[in-house]
Amino acid sequence: MVSRIDEADLLARLRSGDESAFHNLVIELSGGMLRMAASYGLTPTAAEDAVQETWIVVITRLSSFEGRSALSTWIYSILINTARRSGSRERRAIPFSSAWRDEQAPAVAAERFHNSRSEGAAGTWSSTVDRWDQQPTARLESAEVRAVIDAAIDALPARQREVIISRDILDMDTEEACVALGLSAGNLRVLLHRARSRVRQALETYFAEEVVL
Amino acid sequence: MRTSRKQDEPLICQQLVELVSDYLDGSLREQDREKVEAHLAVCDACTGYVEQVRRMLRLTKGLAIDTLPPERVSRLIDVFRANMER
Repeated sequence: MVSRIDEADLLARLRSGDESAFHNLVIELSGGMLRMAASYGLTPTAAEDAVQETWIVVITRLSSFEGRSALSTWIYSILINTARRSGSRERRAIPFSSAWRDEQAPAVAAERFHNSRSEGAAGTWSSTVDRWDQQPTARLESAEVRAVIDAAIDALPARQREVIISRDILDMDTEEACVALGLSAGNLRVLLHRARSRVRQALETYFAEEVVL
Repeated sequence: MRTSRKQDEPLICQQLVELVSDYLDGSLREQDREKVEAHLAVCDACTGYVEQVRRMLRLTKGLAIDTLPPERVSRLIDVFRANMER
């Protein structure tokens, strides 16, 4: 993300019709925008359509952009609204009640900890934490492991998915993500915690099954 | 079921795992951050858990990102130019 001073300069160049500034911005942001758009269940072509549609809105509204948020945050908020609309046509919404239940679920299943009836102290781990994270870097960074993470993110409830993509893939800071997604900082933290817990769990399950095989 | 947490008591493992995301983001209150670090100093299992989340975050940041096809970018430049000429 560019600094505020650079951003004022960039905005001035865009408004004066500087094509190379616009081209650079499109190249810089479109990859992340495609990733975000695809997470709404859009096909690759539909995700490209959503990104293209977003840029056209940006072009037409550039003169009225008030700078209340960073330029990239404003662009992402337009994309998210566009992709949500397109995505809702292609992906059935998760009922609110089940999404809410999911957000109340613990980070780690209660069975992994001793309870008041077991021998160990209540609330301490009842089984070892297998250190899959200590596998060789080449293995951890393999396409297969990346696919496991991608699949785990795609399987998240919509709000958790939006948050983890914004913060952990697109590297937005908390304030940017809150503005782009229309969430309070508190909600964002809860959703991010749940999302990260689920993705970590998916990796644990994947490496545990691999050992058995 | 979540385990309730009293302000003046040390953390247990089941409580710590609920704080890891905020801990790694540096958004925990000072008092909670100190409790997490005191617990991690004596608990290998929770240290392993935190390292897994930290590793997962590094892997997530490295996920591949596609690019917009050149013909789409060219089309957008055309729209940008046409809009500016108006």
